[in-house]
Order: sequence, then structure tokens, then C-alpha cells
Amino acid sequence: MNDKRPVNLDIATISLPITAYASILHRVSGVVLFFAVGILLWILDASLASQESFDSIKETLSSPIVKLIIWGILAALGYHLLAGVRHMIMDFGIGETLEGGALGARIVILAAFVLVGLAGVWLWL
Amino acid sequence: MAVGNVTSFGRSGLSDWLLQRVSAVVMTVYLVFIVGYILFSGELNYADWKALHENFLVRLLSLFAILSLAAHAWIGLWAVLTDYVTVRLLGPSATAIRIFLQLGMIAVTLSYVVWAIAILWGAGING
Ligand code: HEM
Repeated sequence: MNDKRPVNLDIATISLPITAYASILHRVSGVVLFFAVGILLWILDASLASQESFDSIKETLSSPIVKLIIWGILAALGYHLLAGVRHMIMDFGIGETLEGGALGARIVILAAFVLVGLAGVWLWL
Repeated sequence: MAVGNVTSFGRSGLSDWLLQRVSAVVMTVYLVFIVGYILFSGELNYADWKALHENFLVRLLSLFAILSLAAHAWIGLWAVLTDYVTVRLLGPSATAIRIFLQLGMIAVTLSYVVWAIAILWGAGING
């Protein structure tokens, strides 16, 4: 390939629209989730293995640091799911205009904040 | 004749696109079910939780969910890796690095599937 072709995508100098943040967050949350699945499987495994391991994983999950990790996983999951649903709504041709896209991104980010807040309430109260 | 593709998951970009959507819907169904159960069944106890996972339909749904996750993550991470681990961004060794990362991703994904099946059919590593 000719490496002298101009490349003008210096992300640091571009001011990104909200749709770009919605998109990169979807990607980041997807990658985070890939690793989080290992943690979730480990919890599921422990919770089903025996009464003793059920009790001990319950104990582990009540520690503040573990709760914080779970909160992070739920945040990634909640955001990824909402943004994924938006993606599929847009696949049907809804909200594909410039304005529609920005509005959809705003709705998803706002809804994610609410969801993550509720998850926090559920974890700590 | 259709052109083969060694890196995407399905046969083409279109089948990858569709699989990404179908798997997303299956995982969403599973998540709504399991999160709904955790939220609305009151204080979780071992006997009920265990019984839930011995139900055939729940096992089937869980199995579909983990298989969906595997296809979904495979396709999704392939897209991410081919976007960033490129010769333009990383130089000539990028291809080797990307293939290494893709193989690692595939190994982790397949391990998840085997692990999940072991858990569901009562042979998890904890007991
Ligand atoms: C928990 C396991 C999950 C993992 C590890 C995961 C991972 C990923 C990754 C890495 C991508 C690629 C992102 C990109 O190319 O920018 C992706 C895309 C996508 N995810 Fe997920 N995801 C998960 C669950 C879900 C769920 C529950 C939904 C439900 C709505 C969903 C919906 C989507 C959609 C629609 C796309 C395609 C976006 C596109 O075509 O660009 N994902 N996912």
C-alpha cells in the first residue's frame, strides 16, 4: 500500500459530536464486557456449586470493593444494551437523520445514567 | 463462486451483521429473565436458585445465551481488532500481533462456552 496517502483523522484535534461519544462508549463497553463475562461466570459457578460456596460468594459480593466492580460491570452492560437497542432501531431506518442520531445518542446516554444510578441504589441500599 | 473469508465469523459481512443482531436479542431475552428473577423473587436462596438452573427451559435459554455471546463477542472483537491493530497504526508487525490477539480472543471465547456448559450441567470448577 502507498503509505504517502494523506490520513486526516487526528482524533485529538477533532471536536467530536455526541454521536461519536455514544459510539465509542458502545465499543469500549463491549470490550469491557468481554472480560467481565469471566467474572460473571465465576460468580455463577460459585453460586450453583453448593450451599457453602453459595454462602461464601454471597459474602464476597457484599464487600465494598467487589460491589464497585459489579457496579462497573452493570454500567457497561446497561450502556452497551441500551446503545445496542438504539443501533437496531436505527437499522430499521428510525432516527437515522443527523438530528435523529444526535437525539438518540442523548436519550441513550441519559437513560444509561438513570439505569446506572438505579443499579447503584440496588447494590448499596 | 463466493469468496471465502478466513477472518470473519460467518460467511460474509452480511451474515456477521445479522448474527450480531440475533445474538444481541437472545442475550437481551436472557438478561431480562435473569435480572427480573434476581430483582423480583425476593431474598435469593440456594435451593430456589439451584432449582431454577435445573429447569430444562432455563438451561436451554442459558445455553442459547452463551452461544450467542460467543458469536457476538467473536464478531465484535474481530471488528475492533481489525480497526486498531493495523499496519497503518502499528507498523509492519501489526498483522502478526492481530492474529495473535485474535487467537487469544477465540481461546477465551471457547473457554467461556465450555465453562458455562460445565456450570449448567453441574460440573463447574467450584464443585
Ligand atoms: C455481555 C456480552 C457482550 C459482549 C462481550 C459484547 C461485545 C460487543 C462488541 C465487542 C461489539 C463490537 C463493537 C464495535 O464494533 O464497535 C458489540 C457490538 C454490538 N453489540 Fe454487544 N456485547 C455484549 C452484549 C450485548 C447485548 C446484551 C446487546 C443487546 C442489545 C448487544 C448489542 C450489540 C449490537 C447491536 C452491536 C453491533 C453494533 C454495530 O453493528 O456496530 N451486545 N458487542
